[in-house]
Amino acid sequence: MPKVLITGNEALAEAAVRAGCRRYFGYPITPQNEIPEFMARRLPEIGGTFIQAESELAAINMVYGAAAVGERAMTSSSSPGISLMQEALSFMAASELPAVIVNMQRGGPGLGNISPSQADYFQAVKGGGHGDYKLLVYAPSTIQEIVDLTVLAFDKADEYRNPVMILGDGVLGQMMEPVELPDITPKTVDKPWALTGAKGRPGKVIRSLFMLPGEDGALERQNYKMKAKYDRMCEHEVLCEMVQTDDAEIVLVAFGTSARIAKTAVHLARVEGIKAGLIRPITLFPFPEKIIAEIAGRAERFLVVEMNLGQMVEDVRLAVNGKAPVAFYGRPGGAVLAVDDILSAIHNCVHGKEPEKIYTGSE
Amino acid sequence: MYQDVMIAGFGGQGVLVAGKLLAYAGMLEGKHVTWFPSYGAEIRGGTANCTVIISSEEIGSPVVQNPSAMLIFNEASFKKFETRIRQGGQLFLNTSLVKMLPSRTDIVRVDVKANDIAEGLGDIRIANMVMLGALLKKTGVVALDSVLAALKQVLPARRHSLIPLNENALKSGAQLCSPV
Repeated sequence: MPKVLITGNEALAEAAVRAGCRRYFGYPITPQNEIPEFMARRLPEIGGTFIQAESELAAINMVYGAAAVGERAMTSSSSPGISLMQEALSFMAASELPAVIVNMQRGGPGLGNISPSQADYFQAVKGGGHGDYKLLVYAPSTIQEIVDLTVLAFDKADEYRNPVMILGDGVLGQMMEPVELPDITPKTVDKPWALTGAKGRPGKVIRSLFMLPGEDGALERQNYKMKAKYDRMCEHEVLCEMVQTDDAEIVLVAFGTSARIAKTAVHLARVEGIKAGLIRPITLFPFPEKIIAEIAGRAERFLVVEMNLGQMVEDVRLAVNGKAPVAFYGRPGGAVLAVDDILSAIHNCVHGKEPEKIYTGSE
Repeated sequence: MYQDVMIAGFGGQGVLVAGKLLAYAGMLEGKHVTWFPSYGAEIRGGTANCTVIISSEEIGSPVVQNPSAMLIFNEASFKKFETRIRQGGQLFLNTSLVKMLPSRTDIVRVDVKANDIAEGLGDIRIANMVMLGALLKKTGVVALDSVLAALKQVLPARRHSLIPLNENALKSGAQLCSPV
């Protein structure tokens, strides 16, 4: 299959179309504007719907509606816009509706800046809205992986009846790399719950409110039902890349753009004779905690690398569970990590006297 | 092999397109490539730049603090980026527009009167191809034929009549660039 050279944003949009997404709703924000730009051109050609909503709140609630009638629907935004969508994501999770939400992260908090960042990790994996719910969260690190995971995201959203997030950043959205765009026959999924008009059958209701008369305990039961789904995700959906972890004494853990740069640092460390390795979580929820725990049994130390002030490091520490020291190196506010600085952090960890130190770019 | 290149100028000079063609040519040669633009707050007439990496190995960061080659199309970009060129790196200067001289003595300078050459060929808009031709000649990062093949794929068919003009510009850039 011939390769094409396109940006991550365009690749994601094309992959979504190939995966059967025909309804896109969004509101512009850098660094993901190429997604709505592409969809505005492409979807009308194939009988789809593109709507530039009046706000992010409107966009995500249009996704909510499209999902409720059984359509493959998507929205995309960047950090401040994703914050605005959190209420509806909680509602959609409670209503058990499938949809794909893309966050090409930028520097925060607040309006922040438009530079690449990974500071929305907590929001994505810990339930950015209210209540006990989870999104299935994919963190691609190449443009090819954006394509492959976007297709997977639509299938998994339908399979679990749950919103799925693709967590990218400004680098992955704006960068071009060669990709193969696969020819796909989108999976057709039976959706007996979908609101398709009640002609000739009893009406159905999709809702996130569980306090009607006679519904005592319904919300608790709904929460247990959702938990069972999340447990199934933890059992079956963990994706993770491991690089030279078999004999690694220092294991880096990084996702997305940080993982690309960390991988180069691992190779450079190996050249220097440092036995370094990399664990790259591809799913952030479910988190590869069993894999990390197993490697913690043999590695001497861990170094978590993120473009934030230390978020995933908390999950790594939970997984390592005291079996090895876990240090952190990261930079906040839209600063892209430099491979030399990660290599210095590796040196500091290997030779340093403070194995759990948090190294940040301010030092 | 590994080569990174930063291409910077003002909006409309075709710096992003030149970078895309370079990356595309690298892809056609079976290399790993990345293309990363400055994005967002750029405005027409303001500065624009992109970074291209071509490598036989998997590429980590597409963002490069100190590129080993730099194509500078205007003075604003020259002022902004001169200090960032890697020691021993190559600076390709569009001396039709950049009249300042580099203060750096630890880099190799290649002067290209890109706008003048492009105007001589009949279209100032192909100054970017003149600069790219100089880069190909001095670094050998990709073959000229690969860039020509990339042009055929990147340009829509209705623009293929412009390919000979682009080819002339690439070749002129390769011939006329002079190391200083």
